[in-house]
Amino acid sequence: MIDRRKFLKKAIWFIPAAGLFRHFVKEGHAKPATEGYDPANHLYGMGIDIDKCIGCGRCVEACKTENNVPKEPFFTRTWVERYTIKKDGSVEVENIESRKGKVGEKTTEADVLRSFFVPKLCNQCEHPPCVQVCPVNATFSTEDGVVLVDSKRCIGCRYCIQACPYGARYLHPETRTADKCTFCYHRIVKGLLPACVEVCPTQARIFGDLRSMASRLVRFKRTKRIHVLKAHLNTEPKVYYGNLDGEVR
Amino acid sequence: MNRELLERLAEHLNEVTGFIYPNEVEIHWSILVVVYPYITGLVAGAFILASLVQVFNVKEVQPTYRLALLTALAFLIIAPLPLLLHLGHPFRSYEIFLTPQPKSAMAMFGFVYLWYLMAVLLLELWFEYRKDLVVWSNEAIFPMNWIYRTLSFFSTDISERAVAFDHKAIKIITLIGIPSAFLLHGYVGFIFGSVKANPWWSSVLMPLVFLMSAIVSGIALVVFLYMVIAPLRGEGVDMRCLDRITSFLFYAVIVDFTLEGLDFIHRLYQSEESIKILSRLVTDKLFISLWVIQIFLGMLVPLGIMIAVKSLNFNAELRRLFYFTTVILIQLGIFATRWNVVIGGQLFSKSFRGLTTYKMEVVGIEGLIAALGLLIAPFIILAVFLKIFPASETAEAKEALSS
Repeated sequence: MIDRRKFLKKAIWFIPAAGLFRHFVKEGHAKPATEGYDPANHLYGMGIDIDKCIGCGRCVEACKTENNVPKEPFFTRTWVERYTIKKDGSVEVENIESRKGKVGEKTTEADVLRSFFVPKLCNQCEHPPCVQVCPVNATFSTEDGVVLVDSKRCIGCRYCIQACPYGARYLHPETRTADKCTFCYHRIVKGLLPACVEVCPTQARIFGDLRSMASRLVRFKRTKRIHVLKAHLNTEPKVYYGNLDGEVR
Repeated sequence: MNRELLERLAEHLNEVTGFIYPNEVEIHWSILVVVYPYITGLVAGAFILASLVQVFNVKEVQPTYRLALLTALAFLIIAPLPLLLHLGHPFRSYEIFLTPQPKSAMAMFGFVYLWYLMAVLLLELWFEYRKDLVVWSNEAIFPMNWIYRTLSFFSTDISERAVAFDHKAIKIITLIGIPSAFLLHGYVGFIFGSVKANPWWSSVLMPLVFLMSAIVSGIALVVFLYMVIAPLRGEGVDMRCLDRITSFLFYAVIVDFTLEGLDFIHRLYQSEESIKILSRLVTDKLFISLWVIQIFLGMLVPLGIMIAVKSLNFNAELRRLFYFTTVILIQLGIFATRWNVVIGGQLFSKSFRGLTTYKMEVVGIEGLIAALGLLIAPFIILAVFLKIFPASETAEAKEALSS
């Protein structure tokens, strides 16, 4: 007969063992995203050509439709900011979504020094703070360089939302789990472009594989002056901005 | 979709000044996340007070020893609830134990909590009460005698040797318990202090500030409870005990105040990119809760009162009145401290270009009523504990004290 002490000792091992068992069961079920697709051969990134963005907002619309993002302006995977830098040095920033229906603006052209649009999205960081803080490993980096959220494992604690320096995450009001841009992972593994890139009328968004010298993104990085957002935080974003203004955060 | 949520967010949007990222309209960590560090702080503080008796041999504080331990336990039982209620998927919370992410500060919460509950608090309480449980199980009538017998794990040995072993065990557990209590609350500070994306939180001093404010609030709570419960039990308040504890409280408040001051000066002096938005935050959004409640009412006034009590010769009744006022003000101040950290850290945009507002729900899971319920629940649990395990000193302890 097993005595009480031995039983308790063995029972303690049950907790990590159950965890490991579950882990292997989950891994065992994991299937490759697409037949013949090897994530080890890719590393995805996006370029944003500031000079080309006209602020039409079609990327935002396409993203919301493609990825079942709520239409309300409080939840978004991508958005476009409009910067107006005036001659007196003041800076005005607006989300173009919130500009809809606005009339009667008083800014005259003579006061404006320069104005431009900045599309924003998850930066798919090389050192993502969101992945670091997730208590249950629901948010993770893939081998091909994309940060994803497993909505079946996310507990909705929102620590990742707090940890993201770019405001790129939100809590999906229907699933009650964290949500963010995935570079349209379901599309890119099939060789398609992310929805926002596909619809951009001016090719301001450039999607590509950093491992392929022939990709448009690699060429874009070679020919433009490149900036990433909040570089001092050392998150090493994989969204590269061409000709970015110093006012943009 | 949740219409109420959308209406609330639309309202928030109207309150925004300047520019914030679109996903920042929703305040993600609500009043429940304020309650959580407040409660864990009380646990850690109450335990530290209890350990004064055991480790540092401060005999005057003995009358509050058991009360402090039971208070810590009552609050520790409730501590994970606000977090649990706040989750989008509370039923998945077990994932923290099954598939933990060791790099995540939050994942470690479960382990630190379990360690503290099982290895420290329950164990120390068991050894402390074992002898009494054995005695009560013989004296009490059914069903209480069986409850006591079960809780003592059917131990019957109250020989001198066995009781001496209990005392030794308590000492060792307390020695492990102090760093554990520090860990419990220091790590809560780390959860916030390690978020580099948020300049209001990101500070290496955060765990220390949390720890000191925890000690302050925990001691103040036990003083409050002692002053309420002792007369109810028909015992007088032991003024020697009270003077001694409030003296510790005084020094703890000074250290806490110094640390917070240091943090403030450091930020001001470094004057980083975020300084403009943070100064707007503290002068506009947090004016009442930071300057008026946390600093003036929660720190300066109590400090003033305690200095007056120390330097002037008040009689016992007046001292009691002053102490009582002080501990209530301190509780208010520490709650405001937690509010200012948790809510304050979400009121400005990470673009550093705008501020938003937090409008607390009244009903609903993340509302005011739920928060009040969670704050009252530990007192009810404590009342039950005190009924089952009277905290009055044993004859033995009284003897030891008088000798």
